[in-house]
Amino acid sequence: MAQHNDANKVIGKSVIRTDAVAKVTGRAEYTEDMHRPGMLVAKYFRSTISHGRVTDIDTTAAVQHPGVEAVFTYKDVPQNVFATAGHPFSLDPHHKDIEDRLLLTGNIRCLGDEIAVVVAQDELTARQALQKIKVVCEPYPPLIRPEEIMAEGARQIHQGSPNIIGEHRYRCGEVEQGFAEADHIVEGDFTTAMVQHVHLENHIAHAYMDDMDRIVIVSSTQIPHIVRRIVSEALSFPLSKIRVIKPFIGGGFGNKQDVVVEPMVAFLTLQMSGRPVQINLSREECMLCTRNRHPFFLKVKTGVMQDGTMVARDMDVISLTGAYASHGHAIAAAGGAKQSALYPRTPARFHARTLYANIPTAGAMRAYGSPQILYALECATEDAARKIGMDSVAFRLKNIARQGDINPLSKEKIASCGLAECLEKGREFIDWDRKKREYAHHKTGPVRKGLGVACLAYASGTYPVCVEIAGARIVLNQDGMVHVMVGATEIGQGSDTVVAQMVAETLGIAYDHVRVVQAQDTDVTPFDTGAYASRQAYVVSNAVFRAASELKAKICRHAALMCGSDAADLDIVGGVVIDSKKSARVMALKDLAIDSYYHKERGGQLSAEVSYKTTSNAPVFGCTFVDIDVDIPLCKIKINRIINVHDSGVILNPVQAAGQVHGGTFMGIGAALFEEVLIDRETGYVYNNNLLDYKFPTFMDIPSLHHDFVETFEPTSGYGNKALGEPPVITPPPAIRNALLDATGVHINSLPLSPHVLFTHFTKNGLLKSRGEQHV
Amino acid sequence: MFDLQTYHKAGSVEEAIALLAANPDSRLLAGGTDILIKLRHGKSGFAELIDIHGLAELRSIRKDAEENILIGSGTTFTDIIESKLLQRSIPMLCDAAQSVGGPQIRNMATIGGNICNGVTSADSAPGLFGLNALLQIHGPDGLREVPVAEFYLGPGKVDLRRGDVLVAFKITPENYAGSFGYYYKYAMRDAMDIATIGCAVSLKTAASKVSDYRIAFGVAGPTPIRCPKTEQAVLGRELSAELFDCIAEVVIGDVNPRTSWRAAKDFRLNIIQELAKRATHKALQRALHPAGQKEGETI
Repeated sequence: MAQHNDANKVIGKSVIRTDAVAKVTGRAEYTEDMHRPGMLVAKYFRSTISHGRVTDIDTTAAVQHPGVEAVFTYKDVPQNVFATAGHPFSLDPHHKDIEDRLLLTGNIRCLGDEIAVVVAQDELTARQALQKIKVVCEPYPPLIRPEEIMAEGARQIHQGSPNIIGEHRYRCGEVEQGFAEADHIVEGDFTTAMVQHVHLENHIAHAYMDDMDRIVIVSSTQIPHIVRRIVSEALSFPLSKIRVIKPFIGGGFGNKQDVVVEPMVAFLTLQMSGRPVQINLSREECMLCTRNRHPFFLKVKTGVMQDGTMVARDMDVISLTGAYASHGHAIAAAGGAKQSALYPRTPARFHARTLYANIPTAGAMRAYGSPQILYALECATEDAARKIGMDSVAFRLKNIARQGDINPLSKEKIASCGLAECLEKGREFIDWDRKKREYAHHKTGPVRKGLGVACLAYASGTYPVCVEIAGARIVLNQDGMVHVMVGATEIGQGSDTVVAQMVAETLGIAYDHVRVVQAQDTDVTPFDTGAYASRQAYVVSNAVFRAASELKAKICRHAALMCGSDAADLDIVGGVVIDSKKSARVMALKDLAIDSYYHKERGGQLSAEVSYKTTSNAPVFGCTFVDIDVDIPLCKIKINRIINVHDSGVILNPVQAAGQVHGGTFMGIGAALFEEVLIDRETGYVYNNNLLDYKFPTFMDIPSLHHDFVETFEPTSGYGNKALGEPPVITPPPAIRNALLDATGVHINSLPLSPHVLFTHFTKNGLLKSRGEQHV
Repeated sequence: MFDLQTYHKAGSVEEAIALLAANPDSRLLAGGTDILIKLRHGKSGFAELIDIHGLAELRSIRKDAEENILIGSGTTFTDIIESKLLQRSIPMLCDAAQSVGGPQIRNMATIGGNICNGVTSADSAPGLFGLNALLQIHGPDGLREVPVAEFYLGPGKVDLRRGDVLVAFKITPENYAGSFGYYYKYAMRDAMDIATIGCAVSLKTAASKVSDYRIAFGVAGPTPIRCPKTEQAVLGRELSAELFDCIAEVVIGDVNPRTSWRAAKDFRLNIIQELAKRATHKALQRALHPAGQKEGETI
């Protein structure tokens, strides 16, 4: 465990981000800024139907279009299928991701499927050439809804593979007995919408060859080392001859935890004799043809005693992964595990299936299945509390995880848990008890008021499902400052900044004497699987702590060599080597550094490199409290006040942490009230893959956001910290749904709670007069 | 990259008319906030542009000797929001301008472009309908004035002939003096959105009665519309709670919204009824408490 001198305290301080100046001055170089001379542009030719087969394709006119360099179709690409999910490689062949992709396809499985690609001197030329490709397709009936996808005799969306691509069950405790003994059983059906990441920077990559046999890929990715492996698999090209560079990234939220355009640019540069080729997806392509959040269909049954104890829970889940597996069933599996993490003392059983469908492909997205699962769970928990007439907060306090509980699924003891304190803080902030009484008088009339709460449990990585490996290399420079290289991938979340804080804290030097190398390059950066699963600060902390400690020991040994004292008595404080026994200054680090480099006999370049596998996975907790007005005639919800409270262990950097929480709350409100990819249920046509019709909220739509933390100390992490990146997005939707129920008495079990949906339910429940108009 | 074939920058309205005549496939470009989107989507018919953006003669808001208010077609929404004359005399137009897009769009987009684009969701249209605005159009044969209600021929179709340039909107004093109005935009978002329904109400009161009443909608039909039945029913009535019920009931007979994937007809009808009441209420508040008339508000 870390022992720190207080004078070195950098953890817990809101230091300025390492990349703040580069970003606000516009100097930070993103992939699109890195233009290469003679770079060609590639554009996909995409399907206009959602299911079918190409029977004929004619590219003659496109090839002849002036400025076009080449056109490739599904007939021209390697025929080895590959998986795209940005998971670590699995040594267990039964746990591999599903390999179902080719670079291009003649079998159309969703609107926008990639049939051919045009390579041209510029984008406009490429777009013009796309118009000249002629294609004939044999359409099949689109499979959109679970019942038609699973129907007897339904066409296999991928020939040779069942449409159900994953299924699992778990059971913890005496569920049947719980239901048999329960005073009440509460049941509900829930659905969640397909939503989008809407990262600011679309998917973009370019590739070139810097000699005759090596491919360099520059990509906006969360997972550079995994990109390297998957491109190697897709092209049957040696991994060591592929170099992936990750510059500054304009957001990912999981959509770049997938290999999307990289194999194609690598393939194209190989075909074009190593000339640079870029793919820069438009917003519309990005919204249709990358990844999105899996829509879920959930059934929840809860057994509850009159005293408020939940004694049994049953959950059945169908998840739609869309046209290709991508992260597939891992989403439902990861999400499903949260029931036992949040309510470990409630016996529970869980069953989930993941299906292909002729809709856009789902993949990883912030909180990875948990927003869907916890929406249904926390709505069901609310319904159970109301069934027995118990206060929603008190009901949760009775049932939630406590420190020392054993998670019955993982069998791990919960080492740190501040959820009860989170609920207390949130209750106080929102003024729950007083407003509950006050709002009892606002349950009629055109504008009604309600309060809502929802809880979450999440994880700090993927162990033991996947390996949790992180690497750090620290080098003492000639002037006493240090350079740090980590495989932890900075994508805007602030990981480089907290790494610098960790190094400064352990090494005993100033934060601004630590330089974290921003751009990643798989030729030189230590191995790490990348930014996902809220794992980055947690798993890198263990590698960084060890590397910094090792370097510190080397520095002290060198100081001992220089001055003849005992290295065990030496320490570094504020960039100065001190003798802690005598409380005396020994030498400045910069004097030591220059000696270590240039003394003719002793020393050397002092550095430390650690690759470390974390074999724990700290659970994190949190909750949302919300206070809303519901305008019944206008079918709109107005948030008066909202707060997220989180237990994420030690908060490394309060301002960055607040940014994570506010961003997540914003995204959660988007999913709660606004966002949904609209798909025609008959044709699979997507109506709104643009930012006008996909109603991502603007700043005008979001109230002031509040946050608070309950700081526990997590012993399995280098600095007491746990995950925070994803969790804030999870609880705003169920909290808002529960507040809507509180205000109106209307149960709405779907997302988003948009005006259209509110109108339908308010009319059905008599809150609005039905006009008897025919629905068209 | 846009597939542009030709681009001319007109130095005057006269030159724009001549350029239009000389380039039969050309289109006018003002703020570009509609046309550049069409170009980006590769729509045909926009490859030849004549740019009239920023022409000083098109960009002004003023009152003439007959007390007519004249708004140049090249006036941006930001100009309208910031105009003291409009804030004082026709704040409803400031409400509408404030509800358009976001700040960048409002800095570029013009009221002339908004109307010439011909769509039913144009935020400035319901207000101009309520004001009986006259469109001053310069063409090869000189100047003509067309009432805004007659300018809309159908969805996306307006009464512009080859060589025509819309130069200004004229609002005569009997249509604004002593009137109080409000524009209520209902959309899925509070910014950067198109109206699900837009409603403008302009009224006068005398002796606790409604002495003049105009109500107009966007997206309640294929083009913006006035509501003659509602106006007739409200005219001369006492200010009372029943008045609002009456408005909500009668307005249904004036509108013809459709079901699209963006919104169902019955949902739109519900919003139409509610906006008719709320916009009237807001306009009455302005009539009764004129000091508050600068407040713009949208839901």
